[in-house]
Amino acid sequence: MIQVIAFYLFAALVVLSAVCVITARNPVHSVLWLIMAFFNGAGLMVLVGAEFIAMLLVIVYVGAVAVLFLFVVMMLDIDFAELRAGFVKNFPLGLLIALVLLAELTLGIGAWTVGGIDLGTANGHAAATLGTTNIASIGAVLYRDYLFLFEAAGVILLVAMVGAIVLTHRDRRAPRGQQNIPKQNARRPDEATVMRQPTIGEGIEL
Amino acid sequence: MNTILIIVFAPLVAAIVGGLGNRALGNVIVKSITTGGLFLSAALSWPIFLGFLGGSMEPSVVPVLQWVQSGTLSFNWALRVDTLTAVMLVVITTVSALVHLYSWGYMEEDPDQPRFFAYLSLFTFAMLMLVTANNLVQMFFGWEGVGLASYLLIGFWFRKPSANAAAIKAFVVNRVGDLGFMLGIFGTYLVFQTTSIPEILAAAPGMSGASIGFLGARVHTMDLLCILLFIGAMGKSAQLGLHTWLPDAMEGPTPVSALIHAATMVTAGVFMVCRLSPMFETAPVALTMVTVVGAATCIFAATVGTTQWDIKRVIAYSTCSQLGYMFFAAGVGAYNAAMFHLFTHAFFKALLFLGAGSVIHAMHHEQDMRYYGGLRKRIPLTFWAMMAGTLAITGVGIWFLHAGFAGFHSKDAIIEAAYARGTEAGRFGFWMGVFAALLTSFYSWRLVFLTFFGRPRWAESEHIQHAVHHGHDHPEEANPPSQEDSGEDAAHHVPAPEHGDGTAGYHPHESPLSMLIPLGVLSLGAVFAGFVFNPQFLESAEFWKGSLYFNEGLMHAMHGVPLWVKLAATIVMLLGFAAAWLGYIRDTSLPERGATQLGPVYRFFLNKWYFDELYNAIFVRPAFWLGRQFWQKGDVGLIDRFGPNGAAWVVAQGAGAAKRFQSGYVTSYALIMLLGLVAAITWVLF
Amino acid sequence: MIGVEHYIFVSAILFVLGVLGIFLNRKNIIVILMAIELILLAVNLNLVAFSAFLHDLTGQIFAMFVLTVAAGEAAVGLAILVIYFRGRGTIAVDSVDRLKG
Repeated sequence: MIQVIAFYLFAALVVLSAVCVITARNPVHSVLWLIMAFFNGAGLMVLVGAEFIAMLLVIVYVGAVAVLFLFVVMMLDIDFAELRAGFVKNFPLGLLIALVLLAELTLGIGAWTVGGIDLGTANGHAAATLGTTNIASIGAVLYRDYLFLFEAAGVILLVAMVGAIVLTHRDRRAPRGQQNIPKQNARRPDEATVMRQPTIGEGIEL
Repeated sequence: MNTILIIVFAPLVAAIVGGLGNRALGNVIVKSITTGGLFLSAALSWPIFLGFLGGSMEPSVVPVLQWVQSGTLSFNWALRVDTLTAVMLVVITTVSALVHLYSWGYMEEDPDQPRFFAYLSLFTFAMLMLVTANNLVQMFFGWEGVGLASYLLIGFWFRKPSANAAAIKAFVVNRVGDLGFMLGIFGTYLVFQTTSIPEILAAAPGMSGASIGFLGARVHTMDLLCILLFIGAMGKSAQLGLHTWLPDAMEGPTPVSALIHAATMVTAGVFMVCRLSPMFETAPVALTMVTVVGAATCIFAATVGTTQWDIKRVIAYSTCSQLGYMFFAAGVGAYNAAMFHLFTHAFFKALLFLGAGSVIHAMHHEQDMRYYGGLRKRIPLTFWAMMAGTLAITGVGIWFLHAGFAGFHSKDAIIEAAYARGTEAGRFGFWMGVFAALLTSFYSWRLVFLTFFGRPRWAESEHIQHAVHHGHDHPEEANPPSQEDSGEDAAHHVPAPEHGDGTAGYHPHESPLSMLIPLGVLSLGAVFAGFVFNPQFLESAEFWKGSLYFNEGLMHAMHGVPLWVKLAATIVMLLGFAAAWLGYIRDTSLPERGATQLGPVYRFFLNKWYFDELYNAIFVRPAFWLGRQFWQKGDVGLIDRFGPNGAAWVVAQGAGAAKRFQSGYVTSYALIMLLGLVAAITWVLF
Repeated sequence: MIGVEHYIFVSAILFVLGVLGIFLNRKNIIVILMAIELILLAVNLNLVAFSAFLHDLTGQIFAMFVLTVAAGEAAVGLAILVIYFRGRGTIAVDSVDRLKG
């Protein structure tokens, strides 16, 4: 019983938060609503028994990604005045599309429900490891069967990090002028000036 | 008979070498090659002619190349040599050679001499192909070739718009005639199943009663064919109706006028009728038409010629009128008289043209006779040459001595033949011929008196004033006939001294030797050709050897005409001379008074019977209107609008529509991607 | 009782909302990135639900990797956004039309 209430609560909130994410006028509000959505999603996952994934969601998504969003929104110093247009224009079409998609997905689900699928697969590792905690089971599967993918995911993260740095790196030297302080300090009088004899009508190569 | 090959093809080779060599070979070489080639042809032609004259030559055909073998239609390149051809050969090659020589002097400082000489030789080749043709298609080839050469030569000074217009006019009017000629050839092939002239002429008498369906009606076959062929002759020989191109053809240089529009090309029509005379003899209606048209042309051109002021135009109308004589001679059956007149006319008409060229050359390109006068003492040789020509054309001679200048023999023969024929058309021809002879005498002597006699009237002439101002009246600095006047030359500016004698201080000079020699040779021809060749041409059937239809009866009847008929031509000639003397020597105000009194009539003649205006209204303007409709409404409005422009417009519209998809908004692209995805899923699911 | 279809339904709604968010907004690009995160959340939820009802941990492993990649993608996406803002001075969606044909 309590699962039902919890489920409906979490579900309603996650949907509500999602709506507010895309309709909020203030982008900071949008980010906050996104965080809300993540929390409720994590809640839903806990109900199902995947608490490790749920916590991962909170730590990574909320703690890192959403905060990152917040940083960027703050940093960009957006002017709100020009951000209000365009919603009404696309709404009917968008809604129609959404309804169609939803209808199709529902239809698909309905079909699945009537036909039914196998509970428990031939390939199921879980059957053997259900007794332990979720995190232990995941660890057992991850570092044994999906090790390569795990390492690859690490490389992806590395690449993303490098990419982000490379993209946003600003070379600070050029806008500040051509000054090189050590070089200036190292100048000596006898090499400060040079005597030349230019021919009349021609210039000097510096 | 290989000399005929040389005669015909030497001018072609010269034309090709000269034409392609052009500036690479240089003036002198090209001129020498072409003139030399023509003199060679002339030198080889005279023995052939004299051979026929003496009876030692026989008609022959020299095949050259195979041409068309297509089912039953078969004809080849071949050169026919018989009496008629021989007569034309000497006419063509002699006059052409003399014109080539004359052009050395006349075109001396023209920058495009190689082109000119090449064109002259090309024309000669085409004309020779025409007269040596043994089948109608080859004759048509020569026919078209001379038309082409005429176009090229009339428009030789192509930077002058009037020359271009005249060249196009000549070609287009000729084309109208050529249509008739072509239809005639097609009809002939249809009827006779061959285009070979000997075969056609042999079969012609057998067709004399036949009839053929034409435009829904039954018409007499031979009449139809001959009328169509005659229409071609009308175009080429500038007969009434298709004559409008001949006066304008005077835009070309004078040697061109002498060669093409006096002696050779315009006589191609006469030649064709004479060559096909057995056909024409079976077509009485056609012959009547020939007579009537010829006589009408004769009188028409003579009336117009009396009013013209340009020296070349007078001679041009004179040519038109004499061609009319030749045609109505052919129409009454006296083909040999027509050929005789053609023969003598070639000489004296070329002489007159070349003499006029000499006068023009002396008078610094002034062509208006109102600014001539008093040239007799200053250019005496030219004067005597023109006198010889005028005596020839007016037909001065003593009838009972049977001796006279060239025109006396040939023209009087025609007039007598017309009378002797006895038909209505013949009578019409006779009276027209007599009256035209009167006018011919009048305008010919008018030309001579205006040009050579009286006091000089040069002062008002722009050409003379130009010459005097620029110090051009020195023999060695003679300005060439040129495309446009050269500009002001301040260094040579000579102030015009005051002269009260109308000369404006200008000194005309005699022409160079290269121009005088042809004048001399042609003068000999004009004086003696009639007397010398009269018997053979007019009386001897053996001379002609069946190359044209020789009407023995008519020839005998000619001798039996009444005395007044024989004297008629001489009498009117004297009358014309007297009238001209009265008006242009004795009392020079007479012509003006006469013109004002006869006001409308005078203007009618002066404006060439308003033919040009008529044709302009009937043909030219509607044609241009039609062309403009096709151009603006059809080509631009329809084809361009729906074709290239339309396709481009559609593409542009499509691109404009497609452009709206390329908004650049990433979100729009995302939306479209989503649409695509939904569509794909829908497709898969259902 | 709650069956897997409930979870799928919720996940579907979240997914649709995320898609709507991508092209419904004409506001700024950050909302697009947030909508993408919503989509990924929906997918994660779906994966986890199925993992539970199929008793197969593969779903949860997959969800972890999705999480990883989403984090990386968010980082790079935001970096691009920062540079874009540096160059253009605005992140209004209307001004992102440089691909205009």
